[in-house]
Amino acid sequence: MTTTSERTSPAERFQAIIDADEKIEPSDWMPEGYRKTLIRQIAQHAHSEVIGMQPEGNWITRAPTLERKAILIAKVQDEAGHGLYLYSAAETLGVTRDELVELLHTGAQKYSSIFNYPTLTWADIGAIGWLVDGAAITNQVMLTRTSYGPYARAMVRICKEESFHQRQGYEIMLRLCNGTPEQKAMAQDAVNRWWWPALMMFGPHDSESTHTNQSMEWKIKRISNDDLRQQFVDMTVPQAEYLGLTLPDPELRWNPERGHYDFGEIDWDEFWQVVKGHGPMNRDRLEHKIKAWEDGEWVRDAAAAYAEKQQARRAASRTGG
Amino acid sequence: MAYSVPHLDGEQDPQFGRSDARGWPMWEVFVRQRRGMSHVHAGSLHAPDAETALQHARDVYTRRVEGVSVWVVPSSAIVASDPDEADAFFEAIEKPYRAATYYEIPDEVGQM
Ligand SMILES: [Fe+2]
Ligand SMILES: [Fe+2]
Repeated sequence: MTTTSERTSPAERFQAIIDADEKIEPSDWMPEGYRKTLIRQIAQHAHSEVIGMQPEGNWITRAPTLERKAILIAKVQDEAGHGLYLYSAAETLGVTRDELVELLHTGAQKYSSIFNYPTLTWADIGAIGWLVDGAAITNQVMLTRTSYGPYARAMVRICKEESFHQRQGYEIMLRLCNGTPEQKAMAQDAVNRWWWPALMMFGPHDSESTHTNQSMEWKIKRISNDDLRQQFVDMTVPQAEYLGLTLPDPELRWNPERGHYDFGEIDWDEFWQVVKGHGPMNRDRLEHKIKAWEDGEWVRDAAAAYAEKQQARRAASRTGG
Repeated sequence: MAYSVPHLDGEQDPQFGRSDARGWPMWEVFVRQRRGMSHVHAGSLHAPDAETALQHARDVYTRRVEGVSVWVVPSSAIVASDPDEADAFFEAIEKPYRAATYYEIPDEVGQM
């Protein structure tokens, strides 16, 4: 009996799965480059979710009402969950959780630069939910169609939860914009600070991103950086108009010929500075993460010791001791 | 892309498989969405023991009443079929008579 495996090489079978728009699963053969690209990307994504708890966590104790506090806690807890789904997806590629955590702590693996900006006022919590989660959704909806099964499944789960994140953020902005002039000014100030970093989240121009092509060929990435950024701008401008807020870009205007909004150039110097670790909060974020990990060591140790003890007790009772 | 970071000049691939870290074991989580349905694989997590795994599963996979029952199973207890043997394992083409559509029933007989 001839099986497919005898007729074709693993590489051909891999390509056939990609071509058929089906998913690669952990036990399938895959090119080393595909595996490496995925580990890097999924780990960065996981680290981003985890570090992303900090800017918002900063406001939990100072949320304006008990309800807002409960909402913010729920959102931050979701982000922890997102980190866990993604670490699990990365682990299917043959790396361990502890290795990934260590790579984050040593700085060998990075997280999204967006989280290296500070949250100065309550309006920042609104702006983050609306703009940062909004940009993340644009990207993550695309990733539900990524070619690696565990990553795609994590994205489906995450996208279901992100909608709450964006809506609660937008609602905070609505409340502020319908509030006192001071509250509206606070909302405008937050948008002034978060708009450009949110656009930077989509990464360098397609012409500059050398690794994009390969990722598109492998169908890890399905839409280019610039196209995703355009999608986000087109979606967000009317939402800002509804709030009565001005997006801080004098070149932003509707282009009827393209059927899209035109917008100004990102400050790429700032972009690379923050990526390279010189953003306002790079140091704080990592220090805080490492401290939380170290402070929690006794809990992890106690849990492991307890589990061992329970196991020993069960073994003893089995042998009739 | 939103949560990934562009390559920097001179970026090196990290070395994996060298860590001797002793992490908690991994568990697979299965959730029954509603009464009458099977438990379906939801994902995996790390926990030191079964009881904690169940609590973590609740926190990680059912924050929004996604289910009415949860199972956790040590990942090491799962026995999987070999993907390279998938053809031999799942080949059905040679047995078309196992499918209902193989049999021709006259229209007059009605729905069957
Ligand atoms: Fe998230
Ligand atoms: Fe989110």
